[in-house]
Amino acid sequence: MSKAVTALGGAVNADGIAAIAEVPLQGMITLRGDLAASAVKAAAQSAAGVAVPGPGQANCTGDSGLCWMSPDELLVLCPYGDVSDHVQRMQDSLGDVHALAVDVSDARASFTVTGPHARDVMAKLAPVDFHPDAFQSGMFRRTRMAQVPVAFWMRDSDSFQIICFRSQARYVFDLLSVAAQNGSAVSIF
Amino acid sequence: MSTRLATGGRLLNRGDVIRFSFNGQTLKGVQGDTLASALLANDQMLVGRSFKYHRPRGIVAAGPEEPNALVNLGSEGAFEPNQRATTTELFEDLTATSQNHWPSLEFDVGAINAKLARFMPAGFYYKMFIHPRPLWKHVYEPFIRQAAGLGKAPKGRDADSYEHFYAHCDVLVVGGGIAGLTAAHAAAQTGARVIVLEQTAHWGGRAPVDGGTVDGLPVDKVVDDLVSALIDMPNVTLRLRTMGAGVYDHGYVLGYERLTDHAPERAGPRHRLWRIRAGHTITATGAIERPLSFAGNDVPGVMLAASVRDYAVNFGVSVGDRTVVVTNNDDAYRTAIALNDAGLTVPAILDARVLPVDSPLMAAAKTAGIRVMMGHGIARVMGSKRVTGVAVCAQAGEGAVLEEIACDAVAMSGGWSPVVHLWSHCGGKLFWDTDFAMFRPDVDKAPLGADGRAFVSPAGAANGHFGLQEILGDAHAMGQGAARATGFKPKNTAAPAGDSIEEAAMAPVWLMPQGAGKALRGKTWLDYQNDVKVSDVQLAAQEGFESVEHAKRYTTLGMATDQGKLSNINGLAILSDALDQPIPQTGTTTFRPPYTPISMGAIGGEARGDVFQPIRRTPMHDWHDENGADWEPVGQWRRPYAYVRSGETVHDAVMRETQNVRENLGLLDASTLGKLVVKGPDAGKFLDMLYTNMMSTLKPGKCRYGLMCDENGFLIDDGVVARIDDQTFLCHTTTGGAERIHAHMEEWLQTEWWDWQVYVANVTEQYAQVAVVGPNARAALEAMGGMDVSKDALGFMEWADGTLGGFDVRAYRISFSGELSYEIAVRASEGQAFWDALMAVGAALGVMPYGTEALHILRAEKGFIMIGDETDGTVIPQDLGLHWALSKKKDDYLGKRAHLRSHMADPNRWKLVGLLTEDGSVLPDGAYAVADGTNANGQRNMQGRVTSSYHSPNLGKGIAMGLVLHGPDRMGEVLAFPGTDGKTYKARIVDPVFYDPDGEKQNV
Repeated sequence: MSKAVTALGGAVNADGIAAIAEVPLQGMITLRGDLAASAVKAAAQSAAGVAVPGPGQANCTGDSGLCWMSPDELLVLCPYGDVSDHVQRMQDSLGDVHALAVDVSDARASFTVTGPHARDVMAKLAPVDFHPDAFQSGMFRRTRMAQVPVAFWMRDSDSFQIICFRSQARYVFDLLSVAAQNGSAVSIF
Repeated sequence: MSTRLATGGRLLNRGDVIRFSFNGQTLKGVQGDTLASALLANDQMLVGRSFKYHRPRGIVAAGPEEPNALVNLGSEGAFEPNQRATTTELFEDLTATSQNHWPSLEFDVGAINAKLARFMPAGFYYKMFIHPRPLWKHVYEPFIRQAAGLGKAPKGRDADSYEHFYAHCDVLVVGGGIAGLTAAHAAAQTGARVIVLEQTAHWGGRAPVDGGTVDGLPVDKVVDDLVSALIDMPNVTLRLRTMGAGVYDHGYVLGYERLTDHAPERAGPRHRLWRIRAGHTITATGAIERPLSFAGNDVPGVMLAASVRDYAVNFGVSVGDRTVVVTNNDDAYRTAIALNDAGLTVPAILDARVLPVDSPLMAAAKTAGIRVMMGHGIARVMGSKRVTGVAVCAQAGEGAVLEEIACDAVAMSGGWSPVVHLWSHCGGKLFWDTDFAMFRPDVDKAPLGADGRAFVSPAGAANGHFGLQEILGDAHAMGQGAARATGFKPKNTAAPAGDSIEEAAMAPVWLMPQGAGKALRGKTWLDYQNDVKVSDVQLAAQEGFESVEHAKRYTTLGMATDQGKLSNINGLAILSDALDQPIPQTGTTTFRPPYTPISMGAIGGEARGDVFQPIRRTPMHDWHDENGADWEPVGQWRRPYAYVRSGETVHDAVMRETQNVRENLGLLDASTLGKLVVKGPDAGKFLDMLYTNMMSTLKPGKCRYGLMCDENGFLIDDGVVARIDDQTFLCHTTTGGAERIHAHMEEWLQTEWWDWQVYVANVTEQYAQVAVVGPNARAALEAMGGMDVSKDALGFMEWADGTLGGFDVRAYRISFSGELSYEIAVRASEGQAFWDALMAVGAALGVMPYGTEALHILRAEKGFIMIGDETDGTVIPQDLGLHWALSKKKDDYLGKRAHLRSHMADPNRWKLVGLLTEDGSVLPDGAYAVADGTNANGQRNMQGRVTSSYHSPNLGKGIAMGLVLHGPDRMGEVLAFPGTDGKTYKARIVDPVFYDPDGEKQNV
């Protein structure tokens, strides 16, 4: 629906050592349940079209995918317009299986950090080992950036996608912009 | 005088002249200088005044151990005090001023203190200012505060930016000298990820100055080759100008990188704080030379011997034409030889030792024609602002002058102390090495990690090894050991072979001459920066300060910004002697991070300006801001306190909004209220345990207000619970409570009721929620069009899903104001559009947005409690007359058992009442009601306090709520509330529901 807008209206900052851009609205579903249960796995896979990832992993292609959030929680990514249908279908297919599927698409903001120095920018804010041997495509982290919780994964070899709470979108965007200021490349990766 | 030599200076680019200013005078240095070397090249030996006696002080050292050469750098937003000239790289237009003098460096009034030194012994301030007591606060302390501190505090806002950086590696090497580079190379060859930090701008440390060969090649060439090799290895990161600041548990190490201090014109952050997780850390931090303790050892021109050599070799600077060397070891001979090679005069080497056979270095000095006087020392230094000569004495005697030698510099060496700071930060132990008279790391008692294994290793001089051969062997082994400790397999390779001149043993000399009398000891400095003398430490011992930690604090030895890098070992040797006990028994003071001071900016990192703290914004935040919002922080959220119109005060706006809600229509952004989905077969049972009232009996489609207590029975949160379906509830929390209550639920589910089938999700931010409140609320929603919001379709305390104005909504018929009220939840992404639509349809219905203060007044008019106002962590539901919300049908809920405790059931607990002033004025919030008599402490007895107080525009008078002793039984009584303004307010106890007690307005 045209009335729906992202927190920052598609903010971009390409002035620094890495490009920061707000991602358009993205469908997100929190799925809590026994990740070993076949009904839970099936519900997740049918919505995202990919296999359930292992701990610390994400299977993402475009705006669909599955991210491992905790031993009993997945984040299901799908096109924004499809969320309601997917939640309904997941609830239907889960039936009496104890699980929780809830739409959190609008509770989040999402940004990309792109460029040869993207790892530098990330490593200034999150206590994660960003060495290319240590953090690669297919991995997923729930951690913090400076003072707020975030989660992120790699879209490709020099691009990260970050999700945070919607209310903190401005803070995270400003934070990334500060971390990407000119003259601040660390160049160790 | 000190001057620039015609040749030499391996770090200089002589063609590149740099202009800088010192105390307003423009001076010239060259590229590669430090501020200290440039000052010396300009004959500016005098750089400051000492802290206590304002004695003239000159440059002593060439590195981070420098105690005297502290200057103010820069101006305005770039001003910074206490910067060490020896570690400040020179740049064009650098501006420095000296510190701690008035009116000028050359002539300082405070130097009168030096004349009074006899009357200012150790502990002077403690002794002098303890009586009479009142004088301390009003006279002494203000005076001392005025005088205290070396530099000036910056006044301007810091113009620079700073950042943090998280790095991970297998092996971290702190120190880029020959030992650090060798260790790094040995570790990196195994494939381990290695980071090397070097605090200066150059690799190699002392080795290129001190000389020697490695595998037959000159050591400076070997340093260059090692650096090239390491740069070529993809698994190695090298960082210059980055100091290892501190070592902490779990292999956590802080590095302090100075990015633009030497090049202020560069873009980017000034400092970067490296937050490193290392599998294993090698401290290759070198060693620091010790001063010798003789009278006048603080006169400008008396310097550390190796530093004198550094200035000559690295910077082509002569610190004096005639330099007397005084030593207890062979290393200082290198200085004599280097000065002699540079064409300068060394009138004598005073060696406190008596060697049976000349050592190779001594022989070399003699061959060069330098006079060597064994068994001799300095009785006293002549000169005040600059050395003019030394009086020579026998070291074994009491200081009888045998000879006076004219000179303008003294190069002293009392031996070397390994830099054990980083080794010690996390618990590495030391032992006393009698051969070298030094504390060195005890590698069998290393800092231990979580697995009980050592996670720090010292290497090279930092580990007490001084010959090149020993240093290289140790560093190679430590580098391989660190790699092995992190799971790599080193090949069986030999250490590089070092060769350096054999040195004779040093002899410990703690006082020169050893029998120095009182007068000499009173002029013999241990701590230059804090002005502590040998006599002060001896007095401390005499007065019973036997612990080194106590003596330190009593004398202030080692408490200055250099943290005693030069003074600690000499001081504790003097203390040990005074206590007649061996040095190891005295022990050291504690080594605490950071190694040298780091900037507050670096510690704060990026957290300043817009990103000082995360401000949480609702989807309608920008609209509020554009429409006059006066912001109130609620947790990390910002909520509009009121929307102030042109010409209004904030109070006016609050009154207008409060009235408009009762008369027309108000909109409140309630998005910040917490929303937790609780789902599962055991969800009802779970909520029955969490809330004091019954939730499992709630029907789908209905809402119920609930209270939450902690296990001690105190109120922690409240809110409306909506039952969505058989297994699903949506729990509203307070704005500040969403994360806390979510964590509270998860904790109980994960630790106590792990077998209950319940999942919780925090969906607070999924929804923008708007409270539509007032007599016109229903009309507004009907104007939007869509779902039926009539009384019959959506009764009080019911909810329904539907659409309004084309938006998917969930409408709750709940009220926190006593008015006809709906809270409408829409997708957060549509929140602004929905708000706009409501404002549009509301225009004809008298709509106004209202803020949190109007919300507070509206609820107070109705006697509704507010978590955080009526509760403060000590209040239970019974105190607030909320007995109706305490289920008697449930066997248990959190807080139930606690409420049975005698103090909780005490009839004397203060209870909630309404309060009305006699004259309609507003009671001061938080004021106490006084009772007759006094308590055991002589304080007035209290019988109640105000918890909320407002002016109600709808009632035209002040209204308040409070907790009062036996309050509900004392209706009509008048209480006295003394205010902080000197007035006493009288208020009558009334029912707390001031407005529409029958609820007729909300049930329409």
